[in-house]
Amino acid sequence: MVDSKKHWKAWLYLSPAIILLLVFTVWPIFNTLRMAFLNDYGNMAAIGGQTFGFGIQNFIKVIEYKEFLQCLQNTALLCVATVPISTVLALLIAVALNSIKPLQKTLQTIFFLPYVTNSIAIGMVFAAMFNIVGLKQGSHMADTWGIINNVIQFFGGEPINWINAGSSYVANMAVMIIYIVWNALPFKILILLGGLQSINKQYYDAAKVDGTPKRRVLTRITIPLLSPMLAYVIITGFIGGFKEYSSIIGIFGEKMGPADDAGRLNTMVGFVYDALERDRQGRASAAALILFAIILIVTLINNKVIKKRVHY
Amino acid sequence: MKVVLENLTKIFPSRDKKSQNQVVAVSDFSFEIPDGQLVGLLGPSGCGKSTTLYMISGLQKPTSGKIYFGDDDVTELSTENRGIGLVFQNYALYPHMTVQQNIMFPLQNLTGKDKLSKQQMLDRAHEAAKLVQIDELMDRKPSELSGGQQQRVAIARALVKMPRVLLLDEPLSNLDARLRLQTREEIRRIQKETGITTVFVTHDQEEAMSISDIIVVMKLGVVQQIGKPQSVYDDPANLFVAKFLGTPPINVLEGKVLDGKVYIGDQAVMSVSGVEDMDVYIGIRPEGIEPAPDGVFECKLNNVEVMGRDASVVSTHTAALSPVIRAIISSDIHVDTASETVKYNIKPHKFFLFSKETEERIYFEVK
Ligand SMILES: Nc1ncnc2c1ncn2[C@@H]1O[C@H](COP(=O)(O)OP(=O)(O)O)[C@@H](O)[C@H]1O
Ligand SMILES: [Mg+2]
Repeated sequence: MVDSKKHWKAWLYLSPAIILLLVFTVWPIFNTLRMAFLNDYGNMAAIGGQTFGFGIQNFIKVIEYKEFLQCLQNTALLCVATVPISTVLALLIAVALNSIKPLQKTLQTIFFLPYVTNSIAIGMVFAAMFNIVGLKQGSHMADTWGIINNVIQFFGGEPINWINAGSSYVANMAVMIIYIVWNALPFKILILLGGLQSINKQYYDAAKVDGTPKRRVLTRITIPLLSPMLAYVIITGFIGGFKEYSSIIGIFGEKMGPADDAGRLNTMVGFVYDALERDRQGRASAAALILFAIILIVTLINNKVIKKRVHY
Repeated sequence: MKVVLENLTKIFPSRDKKSQNQVVAVSDFSFEIPDGQLVGLLGPSGCGKSTTLYMISGLQKPTSGKIYFGDDDVTELSTENRGIGLVFQNYALYPHMTVQQNIMFPLQNLTGKDKLSKQQMLDRAHEAAKLVQIDELMDRKPSELSGGQQQRVAIARALVKMPRVLLLDEPLSNLDARLRLQTREEIRRIQKETGITTVFVTHDQEEAMSISDIIVVMKLGVVQQIGKPQSVYDDPANLFVAKFLGTPPINVLEGKVLDGKVYIGDQAVMSVSGVEDMDVYIGIRPEGIEPAPDGVFECKLNNVEVMGRDASVVSTHTAALSPVIRAIISSDIHVDTASETVKYNIKPHKFFLFSKETEERIYFEVK
């Protein structure tokens, strides 16, 4: 125990952290709660002297917006699709990387590069790859395609309108999923590779003595021993997925959708931003709290499922 | 089934290509392990014991030489086809599986005509667990077991496939002294019961001596001597083997042979024939010297340690290579502790001469 006379010193040393937390974390959380439960709250209106009744009007309004349901659907779809795909891919790549000797360091660096690259910049590159560039003279039909369509054409396929005006929702989603998976890989590979390298090699020698086939080594030994890292990667993947926003901007720009259908790919976080822009802090807060509740529930479910399978 | 090692050599290349310091872990090892025997591979750390074991297991490929199981050349055969059971130094039990799952794991990999039904696997696992007396612990995880219990699980896992050869890499080194004694008896019993040809690696000479049918003493990758534990102890081939076997260790002194007499300093301690005049190392087992009033070998007396049945006379001599010279005698024999010196008589069959140059044994006849 610290001497009581010295308590003030302890508080003094802690004060910078505490003050920052109070100002930038505790107060905003409190404020979010407050605004969410003030019916139709808006900052400008509040400055104008308007008062707001206490209630759950904001939540009802948010749920009634059809845009909100679209955002919820987009976010959930992206999560459900990208987390499993990126986790499985990262696992396979990490296992492969771990099993090769030559060029391991070089390949590791290559796989890790996207992590240190700005995600908006990567998004713009992806947009160019999936894009239609230029128009045929005197026609409104696209003429030149991004590299993806070039490859499709090379193999004799029909080019697909991925992201431009007139593109389908499915094509848009496909591009988003590919992009988010690709963007999520490096971090997951890094974590899983670290986990793999800390597994005692003798387990593999023991498995070899027993003539264990490669597949069984992966499913019965590697994956269980890697399960704490897998759990971490999956949980953080879901949390990140529900906060998806900048990746959409990266590819579709602030319209959050193809030119002829703005907002079609908007996400939960995007919805919050939009509400803020329109001075509807009450709605934004309510949406943020709903997002928080969803993340909380998903994480709890994750924890429950994972606890049964993780071997620490 | 006998196991034959023929000029077995393992060279590990140096890490960077420029430097030439490759490691010769095992050098030209030839030996035939008779069927059903327990062979103790003994030597100090880093002498190539594990490497030898891993080459027999197939986890490491020999640089040159051949390995036969029975009459089959298995040198190029992969590990899983050799039919061996291997117990690792730190057991390598799968931490996420229960004891039962661990023991059953090797059986689940069997395919084709060897494939077992679930019930057969359970029966075999229980049989193996019974043999090592852990059938009560089948549902525990390795982390819930003591070191000794984990060790038994590892042996059960190695035995469950009924291997042709059982290989154990320092299996007792993680156990406390008491458990080590108990478990080595256990290993001996299991080996006798199953009759599986077994190679047991250890750096502990007492361990090797106590359970092996045959011991192989190694040093820096080279086999020094092979034989029954007692005969290697009684008849060491060189100074290294003499020093490595026995607790307390052998007393080693510098001396010389002159005109058929062995001298320590200026004391003539033994008359020998068949040895030319030369400088030698003299090895005398602690049980080979006995205080006697008319003793031929006088040392400065330090003290006498009585340990129940035995007593240990601790003395010093300037020619000794170790700090003290120890004699183990019955505690009934009286030693005058007030005296400055002690005189010993020497038993000739506990007295060895080694060339000072090569450290090889010099044989002689007592006159
Ligand atoms: N994979 C390896 N690469 C390089 N050198 C090795 C390797 N394994 C063992 N060695 C070397 O070979 C020698 C014998 O090792 P080892 O058989 O493990 O000894 P022991 O089991 O008797 O302690 C040691 O000098 C060790 O450093
Ligand atoms: Mg070793």
